[in-house]
Amino acid sequence: MLELQGIAVSPGVAIGKVLILDREGYRITRSQIDSTDRQIELERLKTAIAEASSRLDQHRQRSTDAIGEHVGAIFSAHQGLLQDPSLQSEWFRYIDEHCYSAEFAVSAVLNRYARAFRSMGSDAMSERATDIRDVERTLLEALGGHPMEQTGGDGQSVLVSHDLTPSETANLDTAKILGFCTEVGGPGGHTAIVARGMEIPAVVGLGRFMHRIETNAEIIVDGFRGTVILQPDESTLQRYRERKKDRFIRAEKLTQIRDLPAVTKDGTKISLLANIEFAHEVAPCLERGAEGVGLYRTEFMFLAADGEPTEQQQFENYLEVIQALPDLPVIMRTLDLGADKIGSLASAEPESNPFLGLRSIRLSLRQPRMFRNQLRAMLRASAFGKLKIMFPLVSTLNELRMARMLLRQVREDLEEEGVPLAERTEVGMMVEVPAAVLMLDHFIKEVDFISLGTNDLIQYTMAVDRGNEFVADLYAGHDPAVIRLIRSSVEVANRNNVDVSVCGEMSANPKTALMLVGMGVRTLSAPPAALPLVKQAVRNVDLTDCQQIATRVFDFGTAREVDAFLQQRFAELLPEMAIGV
Amino acid sequence: MASATEKVVTVVNPMGIHMRPADQISRAAKRFQSKIEIEKDGQSIDCKSIINILTLGARQGTQLNLRASGVDADEAVAVLAGLFARGFDDCESDSEVVIPEPS
Repeated sequence: MLELQGIAVSPGVAIGKVLILDREGYRITRSQIDSTDRQIELERLKTAIAEASSRLDQHRQRSTDAIGEHVGAIFSAHQGLLQDPSLQSEWFRYIDEHCYSAEFAVSAVLNRYARAFRSMGSDAMSERATDIRDVERTLLEALGGHPMEQTGGDGQSVLVSHDLTPSETANLDTAKILGFCTEVGGPGGHTAIVARGMEIPAVVGLGRFMHRIETNAEIIVDGFRGTVILQPDESTLQRYRERKKDRFIRAEKLTQIRDLPAVTKDGTKISLLANIEFAHEVAPCLERGAEGVGLYRTEFMFLAADGEPTEQQQFENYLEVIQALPDLPVIMRTLDLGADKIGSLASAEPESNPFLGLRSIRLSLRQPRMFRNQLRAMLRASAFGKLKIMFPLVSTLNELRMARMLLRQVREDLEEEGVPLAERTEVGMMVEVPAAVLMLDHFIKEVDFISLGTNDLIQYTMAVDRGNEFVADLYAGHDPAVIRLIRSSVEVANRNNVDVSVCGEMSANPKTALMLVGMGVRTLSAPPAALPLVKQAVRNVDLTDCQQIATRVFDFGTAREVDAFLQQRFAELLPEMAIGV
Repeated sequence: MASATEKVVTVVNPMGIHMRPADQISRAAKRFQSKIEIEKDGQSIDCKSIINILTLGARQGTQLNLRASGVDADEAVAVLAGLFARGFDDCESDSEVVIPEPS
């Protein structure tokens, strides 16, 4: 038995058999080699190229004979790519200068070209990206990787991988995969958010451990404590099975309060909204008693589609959400992604600082055609429900004004075309950049509502990459600096009678949620799975208790003191809930 | 004796320079010793590299400057220009474009 400690990112316990996800697509387990091994790695790659080339030769012969010269010619072209002088020198340079593994060098270089080709548009051109992928796969196979068309799994599987991207996570079949754990990753990454959305137990940031495991070995992923247990003994297994049963009973109890309002004991109503990534998540929202959607992250549609969906596709998607929640508010956030995440826009060279680069509203404003399509789709859907539009990552008034101007133009166009629209659509912004907090008294006059995105606010306030496990401990919502920014934002909004909600992870944790309520927040938006717990907490405290918490935390100078205090007050106020939260 | 030759060529096949035409060009170019380049919009690429040719993203109607320097430069340009003129014998077309005779 071996117990590993990682970062818990999605609650729940998965007990199952190891399924290793390795070397498919762009997933490479090992990216670096020792500098002394460079020569060996170069030889490995040369051998693999020769082997892949001879395999392609067989393909070419066979398909020429069986189908015809024109199909055989495809494999001839693939061979041409394998033997390409430019590609080869780039691969060799990656290994020689950067000590990358052969697999990583191959993937990194080819991936860059594939993205550039996809960005060229027309079918014949972007078809070449698929060819490049084929070549990549052939080479990776020759390097000893095992191709895996799908993640597989048999309903008992726990996925183990070096890393998992958000869209890969989204594509996991929860009927087959019980949970997953990865070597890298941090608490606030998109993968973590998706995992929670899918309610699949997950632990990330375990460090290097994949060399210690074998396929089909027994494994427990504890998404509450952030631990992974390899080859557990019988008593450990037994303990976990019992705990799973207890949790299940507790979850059953929580569903009983589904239709009760989130009101404090002394009568203050809190609106609980849901954060969703996909249209199909509307059902779990309603099951958890959400009073609407506080944040629809539309970018996941772009990620899942591996490119930009058409206006019509977007419209249908937004309509699905709006129609499933008639009369309930739905806040749709416009695209919140970096340019590197959208295949059709990808530039050949990645940005060195993507989180400070061209992303979110900045990208949308630079890509007016794409932005217009999204706004058109949203406005068209607005005719069918209570749709609100929200802009992410606004840093300056100018950005907000430009986005609103574009929205006005789109609305006028649609009116001219005679398309039915809501009479008025509320427009809001995410407050997640410290600059926006500092200037909020100006912003607040030009929006109908604001939403505090605490995940990014923490990241930009603390200057910490939340996906980097080495500095992830700096990423804390209860850091006093973050708390000050939140309190100031809530005060400005309330003073101006503008709706304010909080949609980051802080809303999902009952401890911090109570603090937010104490600061004057009356709308919380969290992943559907977190809503019952937050509601239970709210229903069992007085507003004055929350206010006392909010006042007191302001006195502390360190995140650790704040955390200890929140923990302690929570245990005092809600002793039966404190266990296991 | 080294010499240099240039010629403007036009992509005539409807599908543009996709995978197979790029393969034909690079294979043909590799048969010559000369340094052969294709220039588009002021950017020159190595004609012996299929990936470089693909990055041109050249569609039907695109004009390219073919340039070779070396002992067999004249011959190289003639052969490659012939490939362009024949539309790479590209049968993958959805329109009825008449493929011009080799010049």
